[in-house]
Amino acid sequence: MTDFPILALLAGMIVAATPILLAGIGELVVEKAGVLNLGVEGMMIVGAICGFAVAYETQSVTLGYLGAAMGGAALALVFGVLTQFLMTNQVATGLALTLTGLGVAALIGQPYIGIRGTTVGAVPLGPMREIPVLGPVLFRHDAMVYISILIVACVWYVLRFTRAGLVLRAIGENHHAAHALGCKVIVTRLAAIVFGGVCAGLGGAYLSLVRVPQWAEGMTAGAGWIALALVVFAGWRAWGVLVGACLFGGLTALQLFLQAAGVAVLGEYLSMIPYVMTIVALVIISSGRVRAAPCAPASLGLPFTAAT
Amino acid sequence: MTVLAQLIAVTATMVAGGILFWFLGKNPFEVIRIIFWDPLFDENLSSYARPQLLVKAAPLILIALGLSLGFRAGIWNIGAEGQFIIGAIFGAGAGLAFYPAESAIIFPLMVFAGALGGFLWAMIPAILKTRFNTNEILVSLLLVYVAELILASMSLGLMRNPEGSGFPGSRNFRSYPSAHNAELIANTGIHWGVITTVFALAVACVLLQRHMLGYQIRLAGQAARAARFSGVNPAGLVIICLGISGSAAGLAGMFEVSGPSGQISIDFNAGYGFTAIIVAFLGRLNPIGIMFAGLLLALTYIGGELASLRLGLPSAAIQVFQGMFLFFMLATDVLVTFCLRWRSRMAI
Repeated sequence: MTDFPILALLAGMIVAATPILLAGIGELVVEKAGVLNLGVEGMMIVGAICGFAVAYETQSVTLGYLGAAMGGAALALVFGVLTQFLMTNQVATGLALTLTGLGVAALIGQPYIGIRGTTVGAVPLGPMREIPVLGPVLFRHDAMVYISILIVACVWYVLRFTRAGLVLRAIGENHHAAHALGCKVIVTRLAAIVFGGVCAGLGGAYLSLVRVPQWAEGMTAGAGWIALALVVFAGWRAWGVLVGACLFGGLTALQLFLQAAGVAVLGEYLSMIPYVMTIVALVIISSGRVRAAPCAPASLGLPFTAAT
Repeated sequence: MTVLAQLIAVTATMVAGGILFWFLGKNPFEVIRIIFWDPLFDENLSSYARPQLLVKAAPLILIALGLSLGFRAGIWNIGAEGQFIIGAIFGAGAGLAFYPAESAIIFPLMVFAGALGGFLWAMIPAILKTRFNTNEILVSLLLVYVAELILASMSLGLMRNPEGSGFPGSRNFRSYPSAHNAELIANTGIHWGVITTVFALAVACVLLQRHMLGYQIRLAGQAARAARFSGVNPAGLVIICLGISGSAAGLAGMFEVSGPSGQISIDFNAGYGFTAIIVAFLGRLNPIGIMFAGLLLALTYIGGELASLRLGLPSAAIQVFQGMFLFFMLATDVLVTFCLRWRSRMAI
C-alpha cells in the first residue's frame, strides 16, 4: 500500500477491526435490551457464507451484504422465538445457535470452497485519498468500513437521545418495571435480537467479501466470541466498542505483519495473541481496578414472562 | 410430561431432518434408516458399528457428565474442547517421554497426566472467575482456540515423530504397547475410556442424588441466594465444577489420543468437546439422560459417516441435524416447565 509499514499496519488494523466492530455493536444493542445471545459466532459464519454465495452468484457485493444480513437475521430470529416465546435458557440456546450455525454454513458453503470472491473496490473519496498519512490509513477503504462507523454513531445516538433508546435500556435494566410502564418487552427484545443478527451477518460477510476474500469452513475462527468479549470490554458503551475493535484489530494486523515478516517465533504462538489478549483485557476490565467499571444491564440473561 | 416432550422433540427433529435431507436431494426415509437403523441392526454393518458406538459415545458421555455439574450450578464451562486437547497433549506427552521403555506404570501415569492437563486448563477460567470475576464463558471458549494452536504447534514441532519422515503428528501409540489404550475385549469397542465412563456415570448418579456436594450444586443453580445463605461457598463451587469438568474432558482426550485416534495430530479432536455440550443439554443434565443422549449422538456420527459413504450426504448435514435436535429439545422444555393455557387476551 505504501512504503511505510506503519501506515499499512494502521490500514490493516481498520480492515481487521471492521468485522468485530459490526458484530460487537449488534451484540451491544442485544445486551442493552437484556438478552445475552451467545450465537454471534454462528450468525457471523452464516453471514459470511450467505454474503459470499449471494455476491458470487449475482456478482453484486451490495446484494451479498443484503443476503448476509438476512441470513444473520434469520438465525437471530430462531434464537428470539426460542428465548422470548418458548422461554428457553439463553446461554444454552445461544450455544446451540453457534453450533448449528457452523453446520449450516459448512453445508451451504460446500460448492464455494476454493473459489476466489469478487473484488470490492474502495470508495472514491477523491482528494481525501491523497492526504499524507491520513489518506492511506483512513480514506482508501471500501464502503462497509464507513457504514460500520455510521452504525456505531447511530446506535450511540438512538440509545442515548431517543425515546426508543430509553425504552430499550429500561427493558434491559428492569424488565418488570418496564413492563409495568407499558413498554413492549418481548417485541423490543425481538427487534434488538434481529438487529444483532443483521450486524453479525454483515460482520461475517465483511470477512468473506473483503478481508480474506474467500470462503473457508470455520473462517470466523472465534471472531464472534471476540466480539462478545468486546461488549464487556467496552463497558456496554457504543464508542467503547469502536475503541476496543481498533485495539483488537491492531493486534490482529500486527500479528499478521510479524508472521509475514518471518519473525523467528512459531506462527502458532503469534496466532494466539488476539485470543490471549482478549482474555487479558477481560481480566483487567472485570477486576474492577480500572475507573471505567463495567455496568452490565441488570436484567441481562434473565427470562421474562408477563405472567409473573 | 417430560417423556412426552422428549417424544415430541425427537419426532420434530426427524421430520425437520427429513425435510433437510429431502432438500439435499436424498430420500429422507432412506437417510434416516441408514443413520438410525443400519448401524445397529444391519447384518453386515453391525459387527463394525456396534463397537464404534461405545468408542464414540464414551468421550461424549464422560465430558458431558462433567459439564452437566457446572451447568446445573450456573457455571458455564464451554471450553471442554480445549481441556480435551490439553488433556490429550499431557497424556500423550507423559507416554512419549518414556518411549521406548515398557512398564506397567506408564499407562496409569498417562491417565493421571491427562486428567491433570484438563484440570489445569480449566483452572484458568476458574481462577480468573473467582479472583477477578471474569466471565468464564468467554475465557473458557477463547482458550479452545489457544489449545488448538498449541496442538498444531505440538504436532508440527515438539511431539512430531522423529521417525515419521517429516509428516506432522506424533508417534503412533498402537506401536507402543505400554502406552496404548487398547481394546480390552475383542470386537466390543470397550477400552479403558469406556470403563472410566461407566464408573463416572455411577459416581455422578450418587453425587447428585446422595451427596452434599450434589445437593449444593443443584441448590446453587436453582436459588443462588438461598445457597449462599445456607453456607455454600460460590467461589469453591466454581473451582470444583470447573475442575471436575476439566479433568473429565482431559481424561476423555487422553483416552482418545492413546486409543481410537492413536496419535497427536493437528485434527485428532473431532469436536467432541462441543458435541458434549449438546449431549449434556439433550440429557437434561441428568446422568442417565446424558448416557442415552451420548449413545444417540454417537449413533448420528456413525450413521452420518455411513450416509456420506453410501449416499454422499455431506457431513455438515449431520452437524445441522444435531443442532436442530438441541433446538427442538430446548423448545419443548416449555411444556415441562410451564403449564400452557389457551385463553383470550387479558384486558390491559
